[in-house]
Amino acid sequence: MAGKLLIVENIHKSYGDLEVLKGISLELGKGERKVIIGPSGTGKSTLLRCINQLTPSDKGKVWLDGVEVTDPKVQINRIRQQVGMVFQHFNLFIHLTALENVSIGLTKVKGLPKKEARQKAMDALQQVGLADKVNSYPAELSGGQQQRVGIARSVALNPKLILFDEPTSALDPELIGEVLNAMIKLAKAGMTMLLVTHEMGFARSICNEIIFMENGKIVEKGPSQQFFSNPKHKRTQQFLHKITELYGEGR
Amino acid sequence: MENCCSYYYNMDILIKEYKSLLTGALIVLEVATGHLTLGFVIGLLLAAMQVYGNRFISFTAITIQKVLRGIPALVLLMLVYFGLTSLIDMSPVVVAIIALGLRSSAYQSQVFRGGIQAIESGQREAALSIGMSRLMTIRLIIFPQALRLVIGPWTNIFTMEVKDVSLAYSIGVLELLRRGRFIIRYTHGNAMLIYCTVAVFYFIIVRIGNTLLYRLEDKLLIPGFERRGGKK
Repeated sequence: MAGKLLIVENIHKSYGDLEVLKGISLELGKGERKVIIGPSGTGKSTLLRCINQLTPSDKGKVWLDGVEVTDPKVQINRIRQQVGMVFQHFNLFIHLTALENVSIGLTKVKGLPKKEARQKAMDALQQVGLADKVNSYPAELSGGQQQRVGIARSVALNPKLILFDEPTSALDPELIGEVLNAMIKLAKAGMTMLLVTHEMGFARSICNEIIFMENGKIVEKGPSQQFFSNPKHKRTQQFLHKITELYGEGR
Repeated sequence: MENCCSYYYNMDILIKEYKSLLTGALIVLEVATGHLTLGFVIGLLLAAMQVYGNRFISFTAITIQKVLRGIPALVLLMLVYFGLTSLIDMSPVVVAIIALGLRSSAYQSQVFRGGIQAIESGQREAALSIGMSRLMTIRLIIFPQALRLVIGPWTNIFTMEVKDVSLAYSIGVLELLRRGRFIIRYTHGNAMLIYCTVAVFYFIIVRIGNTLLYRLEDKLLIPGFERRGGKK
Protein backbone atom coordinates (compact mmCIF):
# COMPACT_ATOMS: atom_id res chain seq x y z
CA MET A 1 0.00 0.00 0.00
CA ALA A 2 2.94 2.26 0.65
CA GLY A 3 3.64 4.97 -1.87
CA LYS A 4 0.30 4.73 -3.60
CA LEU A 5 -1.85 7.82 -3.34
CA LEU A 6 -5.05 6.18 -4.53
CA ILE A 7 -6.01 2.55 -4.26
CA VAL A 8 -9.29 1.28 -5.63
CA GLU A 9 -10.01 -2.29 -4.69
CA ASN A 10 -12.74 -4.44 -6.18
CA ILE A 11 -15.38 -1.70 -6.44
CA HIS A 12 -18.92 -2.82 -7.26
CA LYS A 13 -21.90 -0.63 -8.01
CA SER A 14 -25.42 -1.48 -9.15
CA TYR A 15 -28.40 0.63 -10.07
CA GLY A 16 -31.33 -1.66 -9.38
CA ASP A 17 -30.70 -4.82 -11.37
CA LEU A 18 -28.08 -3.20 -13.55
CA GLU A 19 -24.56 -3.84 -12.33
CA VAL A 20 -22.54 -0.90 -13.61
CA LEU A 21 -19.22 -1.70 -11.96
CA LYS A 22 -18.26 -5.35 -11.60
CA GLY A 23 -15.18 -5.25 -9.45
CA ILE A 24 -12.76 -2.55 -10.52
CA SER A 25 -9.30 -2.25 -9.05
CA LEU A 26 -6.63 0.29 -9.84
CA GLU A 27 -3.82 2.22 -8.23
CA LEU A 28 -2.40 5.65 -8.72
CA GLY A 29 0.95 6.84 -7.36
CA LYS A 30 1.68 10.43 -6.45
CA GLY A 31 2.24 12.45 -9.60
CA GLU A 32 0.92 9.69 -11.85
CA ARG A 33 -1.66 10.30 -14.54
CA LYS A 34 -3.96 7.60 -15.84
CA VAL A 35 -6.70 7.70 -18.42
CA ILE A 36 -9.80 5.53 -18.46
CA ILE A 37 -11.28 4.96 -21.89
CA GLY A 38 -14.16 2.85 -23.10
CA PRO A 39 -17.56 2.99 -24.78
CA SER A 40 -20.34 4.98 -23.15
CA GLY A 41 -22.45 3.27 -20.50
CA THR A 42 -19.43 1.33 -19.36
CA GLY A 43 -19.28 2.82 -15.89
CA LYS A 44 -16.31 5.17 -16.32
CA SER A 45 -18.08 8.17 -14.79
CA THR A 46 -19.61 6.02 -12.07
CA LEU A 47 -16.13 4.80 -11.18
CA LEU A 48 -14.86 8.37 -10.75
CA ARG A 49 -17.92 9.18 -8.63
CA CYS A 50 -17.31 6.16 -6.44
CA ILE A 51 -13.79 7.39 -5.74
CA ASN A 52 -15.01 10.56 -4.03
CA GLN A 53 -18.22 8.79 -3.00
CA LEU A 54 -20.53 11.22 -4.79
CA THR A 55 -22.01 7.89 -5.75
CA PRO A 56 -21.66 5.49 -2.81
CA SER A 57 -20.23 2.16 -3.90
CA ASP A 58 -21.92 -1.10 -2.93
CA LYS A 59 -18.84 -3.20 -2.31
CA GLY A 60 -15.09 -2.79 -2.37
CA LYS A 61 -12.75 -0.23 -0.89
CA VAL A 62 -11.08 3.03 -1.82
CA TRP A 63 -8.07 4.48 -0.03
CA LEU A 64 -6.71 7.95 -0.45
CA ASP A 65 -3.29 8.53 1.00
CA GLY A 66 -3.77 5.70 3.48
CA VAL A 67 -7.26 6.78 4.59
CA GLU A 68 -10.16 4.53 3.73
CA VAL A 69 -12.66 6.67 1.84
CA THR A 70 -15.32 3.95 1.82
CA ASP A 71 -15.29 3.65 5.61
CA PRO A 72 -18.79 4.81 6.69
CA LYS A 73 -17.24 6.56 9.70
CA VAL A 74 -14.84 8.67 7.66
CA GLN A 75 -15.54 12.40 7.33
CA ILE A 76 -16.24 12.34 3.64
CA ASN A 77 -16.32 16.16 3.32
CA ARG A 78 -12.72 16.26 4.52
CA ILE A 79 -11.70 13.67 1.94
CA ARG A 80 -13.48 15.49 -0.86
CA GLN A 81 -11.48 18.64 -0.15
CA GLN A 82 -8.44 16.62 -1.15
CA VAL A 83 -9.94 15.22 -4.34
CA GLY A 84 -10.74 17.73 -7.04
CA MET A 85 -13.36 16.94 -9.63
CA VAL A 86 -13.86 18.47 -13.07
CA PHE A 87 -17.21 17.74 -14.67
CA GLN A 88 -18.29 17.18 -18.25
CA HIS A 89 -20.87 19.96 -17.99
CA PHE A 90 -18.61 22.21 -15.89
CA ASN A 91 -21.21 22.57 -13.11
CA LEU A 92 -20.07 26.05 -12.16
CA PHE A 93 -22.23 27.72 -9.53
CA ILE A 94 -24.35 29.85 -11.82
CA HIS A 95 -25.19 32.52 -9.23
CA LEU A 96 -21.54 33.27 -8.50
CA THR A 97 -18.83 35.03 -10.52
CA ALA A 98 -15.79 33.15 -11.77
CA LEU A 99 -13.81 34.47 -8.80
CA GLU A 100 -16.50 33.51 -6.28
CA ASN A 101 -16.77 30.06 -7.85
CA VAL A 102 -13.12 29.49 -7.07
CA SER A 103 -12.97 31.27 -3.71
CA ILE A 104 -16.13 29.85 -2.10
CA GLY A 105 -14.42 26.56 -1.35
CA LEU A 106 -11.47 28.38 0.19
CA THR A 107 -13.56 30.59 2.47
CA LYS A 108 -16.50 28.35 3.36
CA VAL A 109 -14.87 24.94 3.31
CA LYS A 110 -11.26 25.64 4.23
CA GLY A 111 -12.06 28.67 6.38
CA LEU A 112 -9.43 30.99 4.85
CA PRO A 113 -9.82 34.74 5.41
CA LYS A 114 -11.58 36.45 2.51
CA LYS A 115 -8.57 38.42 1.35
CA GLU A 116 -6.29 35.43 1.23
CA ALA A 117 -8.95 33.33 -0.51
CA ARG A 118 -9.44 36.05 -3.08
CA GLN A 119 -5.72 36.17 -3.83
CA LYS A 120 -5.51 32.40 -4.16
CA ALA A 121 -8.55 32.35 -6.42
CA MET A 122 -7.04 35.10 -8.57
CA ASP A 123 -3.83 33.11 -8.88
CA ALA A 124 -5.71 29.95 -9.85
CA LEU A 125 -7.71 31.83 -12.49
CA GLN A 126 -4.56 33.44 -13.82
CA GLN A 127 -2.98 30.03 -14.20
CA VAL A 128 -5.78 28.99 -16.53
CA GLY A 129 -5.56 32.28 -18.42
CA LEU A 130 -8.71 33.90 -17.12
CA ALA A 131 -7.33 36.85 -15.16
CA ASP A 132 -9.54 39.19 -17.17
CA LYS A 133 -12.75 37.22 -16.55
CA VAL A 134 -12.78 37.05 -12.77
CA ASN A 135 -15.96 39.10 -12.44
CA SER A 136 -17.91 37.33 -15.18
CA TYR A 137 -20.81 35.03 -14.40
CA PRO A 138 -20.78 31.52 -15.90
CA ALA A 139 -23.52 32.47 -18.38
CA GLU A 140 -21.20 35.14 -19.76
CA LEU A 141 -18.37 32.70 -20.43
CA SER A 142 -17.79 30.31 -23.31
CA GLY A 143 -17.76 26.58 -22.62
CA GLY A 144 -13.99 26.48 -22.73
CA GLN A 145 -13.71 29.38 -20.31
CA GLN A 146 -16.25 27.78 -17.99
CA GLN A 147 -14.32 24.55 -17.93
CA ARG A 148 -11.11 26.41 -17.16
CA VAL A 149 -12.87 28.05 -14.20
CA GLY A 150 -13.93 24.52 -13.22
CA ILE A 151 -10.30 23.42 -13.29
CA ALA A 152 -9.25 26.50 -11.29
CA ARG A 153 -11.96 25.74 -8.70
CA SER A 154 -10.44 22.31 -8.16
CA VAL A 155 -6.81 23.40 -8.26
CA ALA A 156 -7.30 26.27 -5.79
CA LEU A 157 -8.15 23.82 -3.02
CA ASN A 158 -4.73 22.27 -3.51
CA PRO A 159 -6.01 18.70 -3.88
CA LYS A 160 -3.89 15.57 -3.80
CA LEU A 161 -5.65 14.24 -6.86
CA ILE A 162 -8.00 15.59 -9.53
CA LEU A 163 -10.65 13.49 -11.25
CA PHE A 164 -11.63 14.62 -14.74
CA ASP A 165 -14.95 13.33 -16.05
CA GLU A 166 -14.88 13.87 -19.82
CA PRO A 167 -13.79 17.47 -19.41
CA THR A 168 -13.86 18.29 -23.11
CA SER A 169 -16.80 16.21 -24.34
CA ALA A 170 -19.34 19.04 -24.09
CA LEU A 171 -17.15 21.58 -25.89
CA ASP A 172 -17.02 22.84 -29.44
CA PRO A 173 -13.94 21.47 -31.19
CA GLU A 174 -12.42 24.93 -31.30
CA LEU A 175 -12.60 25.33 -27.54
CA ILE A 176 -11.12 21.97 -26.63
CA GLY A 177 -7.53 23.15 -27.11
CA GLU A 178 -7.62 25.82 -24.41
CA VAL A 179 -8.94 23.33 -21.85
CA LEU A 180 -6.40 20.67 -22.82
CA ASN A 181 -3.63 23.25 -22.52
CA ALA A 182 -4.72 24.07 -18.99
CA MET A 183 -4.67 20.35 -18.20
CA ILE A 184 -1.25 19.87 -19.77
CA LYS A 185 0.08 22.70 -17.67
CA LEU A 186 -1.32 21.03 -14.60
CA ALA A 187 0.21 17.70 -15.58
CA LYS A 188 3.61 19.30 -16.08
CA ALA A 189 3.35 20.82 -12.61
CA GLY A 190 3.16 17.26 -11.30
CA MET A 191 -0.54 17.00 -10.43
CA THR A 192 -1.89 13.50 -9.90
CA MET A 193 -4.73 13.01 -12.36
CA LEU A 194 -7.30 10.34 -13.18
CA LEU A 195 -9.17 11.12 -16.36
CA VAL A 196 -12.03 9.85 -18.44
CA THR A 197 -11.56 11.26 -21.91
CA HIS A 198 -11.69 10.50 -25.59
CA GLU A 199 -8.77 12.80 -26.36
CA MET A 200 -6.33 10.09 -27.35
CA GLY A 201 -3.51 12.40 -28.42
CA PHE A 202 -3.67 14.08 -25.07
CA ALA A 203 -3.84 10.75 -23.27
CA ARG A 204 -0.83 9.44 -25.11
CA SER A 205 1.37 12.46 -24.54
CA ILE A 206 0.52 13.20 -20.91
CA CYS A 207 -0.51 9.96 -19.25
CA ASN A 208 1.46 7.10 -17.79
CA GLU A 209 -1.17 4.46 -18.25
CA ILE A 210 -4.31 3.81 -20.26
CA ILE A 211 -7.12 1.72 -18.81
CA PHE A 212 -9.71 0.30 -21.18
CA MET A 213 -13.06 -0.47 -19.57
CA GLU A 214 -16.10 -2.17 -20.96
CA ASN A 215 -19.31 -3.43 -19.31
CA GLY A 216 -18.15 -2.54 -15.82
CA LYS A 217 -14.83 -4.34 -16.06
CA ILE A 218 -11.27 -3.41 -16.93
CA VAL A 219 -10.45 -5.21 -20.18
CA GLU A 220 -6.88 -4.11 -20.56
CA LYS A 221 -4.42 -1.63 -19.17
CA GLY A 222 -0.87 -0.69 -19.94
CA PRO A 223 1.69 2.08 -20.38
CA SER A 224 0.31 4.55 -22.90
CA GLN A 225 2.89 4.14 -25.67
CA GLN A 226 2.63 0.38 -25.63
CA PHE A 227 -1.13 0.45 -25.27
CA PHE A 228 -1.66 2.36 -28.48
CA SER A 229 0.98 0.65 -30.57
CA ASN A 230 0.31 -2.85 -29.39
CA PRO A 231 -3.09 -3.46 -27.79
CA LYS A 232 -3.54 -7.08 -26.77
CA HIS A 233 -7.29 -7.60 -26.79
CA LYS A 234 -9.25 -7.62 -29.99
CA ARG A 235 -11.95 -5.45 -28.40
CA THR A 236 -9.35 -2.84 -27.44
CA GLN A 237 -8.06 -2.78 -31.01
CA GLN A 238 -11.56 -2.24 -32.37
CA PHE A 239 -12.28 0.54 -29.92
CA LEU A 240 -8.99 2.33 -30.56
CA HIS A 241 -9.54 2.07 -34.29
CA LYS A 242 -12.99 3.62 -33.98
CA ILE A 243 -11.96 6.37 -31.66
CA THR A 244 -8.96 7.30 -33.79
CA GLU A 245 -11.23 7.52 -36.80
CA LEU A 246 -13.61 9.74 -34.88
CA TYR A 247 -11.36 12.02 -32.93
CA GLY A 248 -8.02 11.75 -34.74
CA GLU A 249 -4.73 11.70 -32.91
CA GLY A 250 -3.46 15.10 -33.80
CA ARG A 251 -3.80 16.84 -30.51
CA MET B 1 -74.45 62.15 17.86
CA GLU B 2 -76.84 59.55 16.50
CA ASN B 3 -78.90 62.10 14.71
CA CYS B 4 -76.23 64.16 13.19
CA CYS B 5 -74.53 61.06 11.80
CA SER B 6 -77.12 60.64 9.13
CA TYR B 7 -76.19 64.06 7.85
CA TYR B 8 -72.66 63.06 7.11
CA TYR B 9 -72.41 62.99 3.42
CA ASN B 10 -69.93 61.37 1.11
CA MET B 11 -66.55 63.08 1.06
CA ASP B 12 -67.01 64.56 4.50
CA ILE B 13 -67.00 61.07 5.90
CA LEU B 14 -63.77 60.20 4.16
CA ILE B 15 -62.14 63.39 5.41
CA LYS B 16 -63.29 62.63 8.92
CA GLU B 17 -62.43 58.94 8.86
CA TYR B 18 -59.28 58.74 6.74
CA LYS B 19 -57.14 58.40 9.82
CA SER B 20 -59.03 55.36 10.93
CA LEU B 21 -58.72 53.84 7.47
CA LEU B 22 -55.01 54.62 7.31
CA THR B 23 -54.54 52.90 10.65
CA GLY B 24 -56.44 49.97 9.14
CA ALA B 25 -54.05 49.98 6.20
CA LEU B 26 -51.09 49.90 8.58
CA ILE B 27 -52.62 46.92 10.36
CA VAL B 28 -53.00 45.20 6.99
CA LEU B 29 -49.30 45.80 6.41
CA GLU B 30 -48.48 44.52 9.88
CA VAL B 31 -50.46 41.30 9.49
CA ALA B 32 -49.27 40.77 5.89
CA THR B 33 -45.61 41.30 6.77
CA GLY B 34 -45.99 39.01 9.76
CA HIS B 35 -47.82 36.17 8.09
CA LEU B 36 -45.81 36.24 4.87
CA THR B 37 -42.57 36.18 6.87
CA LEU B 38 -43.82 33.34 9.04
CA GLY B 39 -44.99 31.56 5.90
CA PHE B 40 -41.60 32.13 4.28
CA VAL B 41 -39.64 30.60 7.13
CA ILE B 42 -41.93 27.62 7.71
CA GLY B 43 -42.47 27.22 3.95
CA LEU B 44 -38.74 27.00 3.30
CA LEU B 45 -38.42 24.49 6.11
CA LEU B 46 -41.33 22.37 4.79
CA ALA B 47 -39.85 22.48 1.27
CA ALA B 48 -36.44 21.38 2.54
CA MET B 49 -38.05 18.61 4.60
CA GLN B 50 -40.04 17.44 1.60
CA VAL B 51 -37.08 17.41 -0.80
CA TYR B 52 -34.19 16.39 1.44
CA GLY B 53 -35.83 14.53 4.31
CA ASN B 54 -36.01 10.77 4.67
CA ARG B 55 -39.30 9.10 3.93
CA PHE B 56 -40.80 9.91 7.32
CA ILE B 57 -39.76 13.58 7.35
CA SER B 58 -40.85 14.08 3.77
CA PHE B 59 -44.22 12.43 4.47
CA THR B 60 -44.73 14.64 7.52
CA ALA B 61 -44.02 17.79 5.51
CA ILE B 62 -46.35 16.72 2.70
CA THR B 63 -49.14 15.92 5.15
CA ILE B 64 -48.85 19.26 6.95
CA GLN B 65 -48.84 21.05 3.63
CA LYS B 66 -51.87 19.14 2.32
CA VAL B 67 -53.92 19.71 5.46
CA LEU B 68 -53.18 23.43 5.55
CA ARG B 69 -53.98 23.84 1.87
CA GLY B 70 -57.19 21.87 2.21
CA ILE B 71 -58.83 24.11 4.82
CA PRO B 72 -60.46 27.44 3.91
CA ALA B 73 -58.57 30.42 5.31
CA LEU B 74 -61.65 31.61 7.15
CA VAL B 75 -62.12 28.25 8.87
CA LEU B 76 -58.43 28.15 9.74
CA LEU B 77 -58.70 31.61 11.29
CA MET B 78 -61.61 30.43 13.45
CA LEU B 79 -59.84 27.23 14.45
CA VAL B 80 -56.65 28.99 15.48
CA TYR B 81 -58.59 31.79 17.16
CA PHE B 82 -60.72 29.53 19.32
CA GLY B 83 -57.97 26.94 19.72
CA LEU B 84 -55.23 29.29 20.86
CA THR B 85 -57.12 31.97 22.76
CA SER B 86 -58.68 29.31 24.97
CA LEU B 87 -55.14 28.36 26.04
CA ILE B 88 -53.32 31.68 26.14
CA ASP B 89 -54.32 35.27 25.94
CA MET B 90 -53.48 36.52 22.48
CA SER B 91 -54.41 39.54 20.41
CA PRO B 92 -56.45 38.96 17.22
CA VAL B 93 -53.55 40.39 15.18
CA VAL B 94 -51.19 37.70 16.46
CA VAL B 95 -53.81 35.01 15.85
CA ALA B 96 -54.27 36.29 12.28
CA ILE B 97 -50.52 36.23 11.68
CA ILE B 98 -50.28 32.65 12.93
CA ALA B 99 -53.34 31.33 11.08
CA LEU B 100 -52.64 33.05 7.77
CA GLY B 101 -48.91 32.36 8.20
CA LEU B 102 -49.54 28.62 8.57
CA ARG B 103 -51.68 28.57 5.47
CA SER B 104 -49.14 30.68 3.60
CA SER B 105 -46.32 28.31 4.58
CA ALA B 106 -48.14 25.48 2.81
CA TYR B 107 -48.46 27.44 -0.43
CA GLN B 108 -44.99 28.91 -0.20
CA SER B 109 -43.49 25.47 0.46
CA GLN B 110 -44.78 24.28 -2.91
CA VAL B 111 -43.29 27.29 -4.68
CA PHE B 112 -39.94 26.70 -2.95
CA ARG B 113 -40.04 22.98 -3.64
CA GLY B 114 -40.45 23.71 -7.34
CA GLY B 115 -37.53 26.14 -7.19
CA ILE B 116 -35.27 23.69 -5.38
CA GLN B 117 -36.11 20.85 -7.73
CA ALA B 118 -35.45 23.07 -10.74
CA ILE B 119 -31.78 23.38 -9.77
CA GLU B 120 -29.64 20.98 -11.79
CA SER B 121 -28.18 18.09 -9.83
CA GLY B 122 -24.74 19.11 -11.10
CA GLN B 123 -24.80 22.14 -8.79
CA ARG B 124 -25.19 19.90 -5.77
CA GLU B 125 -22.54 17.47 -6.98
CA ALA B 126 -20.06 20.27 -7.62
CA ALA B 127 -20.65 21.69 -4.14
CA LEU B 128 -20.19 18.29 -2.49
CA SER B 129 -17.11 17.62 -4.61
CA ILE B 130 -15.28 20.62 -3.16
CA GLY B 131 -15.98 19.37 0.34
CA MET B 132 -19.14 21.24 1.29
CA SER B 133 -21.47 19.51 3.74
CA ARG B 134 -25.05 18.85 2.67
CA LEU B 135 -26.29 21.73 4.79
CA MET B 136 -23.72 24.14 3.32
CA THR B 137 -24.67 23.01 -0.16
CA ILE B 138 -28.31 23.77 0.50
CA ARG B 139 -27.59 27.11 2.18
CA LEU B 140 -24.89 28.48 -0.12
CA ILE B 141 -25.67 26.94 -3.48
CA ILE B 142 -29.22 25.58 -3.78
CA PHE B 143 -31.27 28.15 -1.84
CA PRO B 144 -29.71 31.30 -3.36
CA GLN B 145 -30.46 29.94 -6.83
CA ALA B 146 -33.89 28.51 -6.01
CA LEU B 147 -35.05 31.72 -4.33
CA ARG B 148 -34.05 33.77 -7.37
CA LEU B 149 -36.06 31.45 -9.56
CA VAL B 150 -39.22 31.73 -7.47
CA ILE B 151 -39.53 35.50 -7.06
CA GLY B 152 -42.14 35.48 -9.84
CA PRO B 153 -44.44 32.82 -8.36
CA TRP B 154 -43.83 34.26 -4.92
CA THR B 155 -45.11 37.64 -6.10
CA ASN B 156 -48.30 35.81 -7.03
CA ILE B 157 -48.63 34.41 -3.52
CA PHE B 158 -47.96 37.85 -2.09
CA THR B 159 -50.71 39.35 -4.24
CA MET B 160 -53.29 36.81 -3.14
CA GLU B 161 -52.41 36.69 0.50
CA VAL B 162 -52.15 40.40 1.22
CA LYS B 163 -55.77 40.66 0.19
CA ASP B 164 -56.67 37.71 2.41
CA VAL B 165 -55.80 39.83 5.43
CA SER B 166 -59.33 41.19 4.96
CA LEU B 167 -60.60 37.80 6.17
CA ALA B 168 -59.11 38.56 9.56
CA TYR B 169 -61.92 41.02 10.17
CA SER B 170 -63.91 37.94 11.18
CA ILE B 171 -61.86 37.42 14.32
CA GLY B 172 -61.87 41.09 15.23
CA VAL B 173 -58.69 42.39 13.65
CA LEU B 174 -59.22 46.11 13.07
CA GLU B 175 -57.98 46.06 9.49
CA LEU B 176 -59.44 48.09 6.62
CA LEU B 177 -62.59 46.10 5.98
CA ARG B 178 -63.65 45.97 9.62
CA ARG B 179 -63.07 49.69 10.02
CA GLY B 180 -65.03 50.31 6.83
CA ARG B 181 -67.95 48.33 8.22
CA PHE B 182 -67.84 50.35 11.44
CA ILE B 183 -68.05 53.56 9.47
CA ILE B 184 -70.92 52.26 7.36
CA ARG B 185 -72.76 51.10 10.43
CA TYR B 186 -72.61 54.29 12.42
CA THR B 187 -73.11 56.63 9.48
CA HIS B 188 -76.09 54.53 8.37
CA GLY B 189 -75.05 54.13 4.77
CA ASN B 190 -72.39 55.09 2.31
CA ALA B 191 -71.63 51.42 1.71
CA MET B 192 -70.44 51.88 -1.86
CA LEU B 193 -68.21 54.82 -1.03
CA ILE B 194 -66.56 53.11 1.91
CA TYR B 195 -66.13 49.71 0.26
CA CYS B 196 -64.64 51.40 -2.80
CA THR B 197 -62.20 53.24 -0.57
CA VAL B 198 -61.27 50.00 1.17
CA ALA B 199 -60.76 48.40 -2.25
CA VAL B 200 -58.53 51.26 -3.38
CA PHE B 201 -56.43 51.00 -0.22
CA TYR B 202 -55.92 47.25 -0.74
CA PHE B 203 -55.17 47.85 -4.40
CA ILE B 204 -52.50 50.44 -3.58
CA ILE B 205 -50.85 48.16 -0.99
CA VAL B 206 -50.72 45.28 -3.48
CA ARG B 207 -49.34 47.47 -6.27
CA ILE B 208 -46.62 48.99 -4.10
CA GLY B 209 -45.69 45.53 -2.87
CA ASN B 210 -45.51 44.15 -6.39
CA THR B 211 -43.38 47.05 -7.56
CA LEU B 212 -40.94 46.49 -4.71
CA LEU B 213 -40.76 42.78 -5.49
CA TYR B 214 -40.04 43.48 -9.16
CA ARG B 215 -37.27 45.82 -8.07
CA LEU B 216 -35.87 43.09 -5.87
CA GLU B 217 -35.98 40.71 -8.82
CA ASP B 218 -34.10 43.21 -10.96
CA LYS B 219 -31.57 43.79 -8.24
CA LEU B 220 -30.89 40.10 -7.81
CA LEU B 221 -30.83 39.54 -11.54
CA ILE B 222 -27.68 37.87 -12.74
CA PRO B 223 -26.78 36.59 -16.17
CA GLY B 224 -28.24 33.17 -16.70
CA PHE B 225 -31.49 33.85 -14.82
CA GLU B 226 -34.36 34.98 -17.01
CA ARG B 227 -36.17 38.13 -16.04
CA ARG B 228 -39.98 38.21 -16.11
CA GLY B 229 -41.35 38.39 -19.63
CA GLY B 230 -38.09 36.95 -20.92
CA LYS B 231 -36.46 40.38 -21.14
CA LYS B 232 -32.72 40.48 -20.72
